[in-house]
Amino acid sequence: MKVIIDAELCQGQGRCFSMVPSLFYFDELGSGVVIGDGTLTPETLNLARLAQANCPEHAIFIEE
Amino acid sequence: MNDKPPVVDFATDWDHTDPAWVKDPYPIWDDLRLRCPVAHTDRYGGAWFPVTHAGVSEVAKDTANFTSRSVIIADNRPGDEKLPAPIGVAPPITSDPPFHALARKLILPAFAPGIVNALEPQIRELCNNLLDEVIGDEVVNGSLSYAKNIPPGVIRQMLGFPQEDTEKFVEMVHVITEIIDLPFEEREPLFQPVEDYFVAQIEDHQANPREDLTTFLLDAEIEGQKLAIEHVVGTMVLILVAGIDTTWGAIGASLWHLAQHPDDLERLVNEPELMPYAVEEFLRFYAPVTMARLVNADMEYLGCSMKEYDWVLLGFPAANRDPVVFKDADQFIIDRAENRHVSFGLGIHRCIGSNLARLELRVAIEEFIRRYPRFELARKEDVTWSPGQIRGPRNLPLRILG
Repeated sequence: MKVIIDAELCQGQGRCFSMVPSLFYFDELGSGVVIGDGTLTPETLNLARLAQANCPEHAIFIEE
Repeated sequence: MNDKPPVVDFATDWDHTDPAWVKDPYPIWDDLRLRCPVAHTDRYGGAWFPVTHAGVSEVAKDTANFTSRSVIIADNRPGDEKLPAPIGVAPPITSDPPFHALARKLILPAFAPGIVNALEPQIRELCNNLLDEVIGDEVVNGSLSYAKNIPPGVIRQMLGFPQEDTEKFVEMVHVITEIIDLPFEEREPLFQPVEDYFVAQIEDHQANPREDLTTFLLDAEIEGQKLAIEHVVGTMVLILVAGIDTTWGAIGASLWHLAQHPDDLERLVNEPELMPYAVEEFLRFYAPVTMARLVNADMEYLGCSMKEYDWVLLGFPAANRDPVVFKDADQFIIDRAENRHVSFGLGIHRCIGSNLARLELRVAIEEFIRRYPRFELARKEDVTWSPGQIRGPRNLPLRILG
């Protein structure tokens, strides 16, 4: 399972990296960036879902 | 402002400066959401107000049918010549695509989290200095003595303006955001001192270069060209206007809430790990900012016959209370886990200062409740709210409890 951010949809709301800094970071323009390749473990899946549930732009996706 | 006819029905004659709306808009919006998802008024030359999350979202993201050239509703709509396209008077908030992306990309790095987060110690110090000034007082004005002074202090440092000018900033903001009932010709001269002030600051920076946001803007280039002076001034005005009353309102409203909900206050004091969730819930529940758009051309939209240059009031705070999107939307839930609030807007005009606002709000509340773990409203009837598109308590006497 992987978490990805759709760069087209992301507007830099900053919710993912402020809420779940263990999975998300930001680039120099303030857009959200997934740390590493985004592979999720059963433990980090819930954190990814938390970020997803807080993204106003619906830019975070979890791929099975 | 007070000589306007009172609103009888907000569905057909709404006015966001009406005393009932200013005091407590939420029951009005809840009622409108059930009766008509888009309210209308003939005031301000004709304006629409979508009340649902879906309606607000659709307009916010539709930059083809709506222009941002004017984002503050005023009585008389300025004509084409007063709305320079595509830059607008305060880029990038008043810019439309494709110029918008250029102007926005230019200043995004200055407000990116890495830069903003470095300000945290200064913000904390500023908050503590303000609290030191009222130390020992039984009643502390959470708005006038505290919340009001935090954003201008931060922005002043970022822009590199003289410390003694801080008070001036707030006055300038009021000229632009609150005096909306004057005809445009009468409002325009009020802008002149604002412009003169910024030009003087720019000249000072050119004579004495130093590392700050003003110098950053003066050195910035779009497609190899330095920015026009109007662009620099417009962006500075935007940073001041957008950065002051907004965050002031957010901090003040959060204190207002805590003063009346001792259970939430106690939890926040005892469980600091809740703070990130609490901050987002403060932002959702008391979102300070409502933006406006102008309709580009006559059209049928959201079931309404919109006319060219009609205003659309983008009720982000109303969208945040839409029960279709938010479970128990009318409840403040301090540890709300799912919170897609739109308090910083949606789409390409997402508030550029959102990282800074969030940081200021968090630090301001942290420092206030660290100093005063228990407080209540001193005189509820004395609390007043700002009128217009930026909402927050203007007067907020808080009694400090032992």
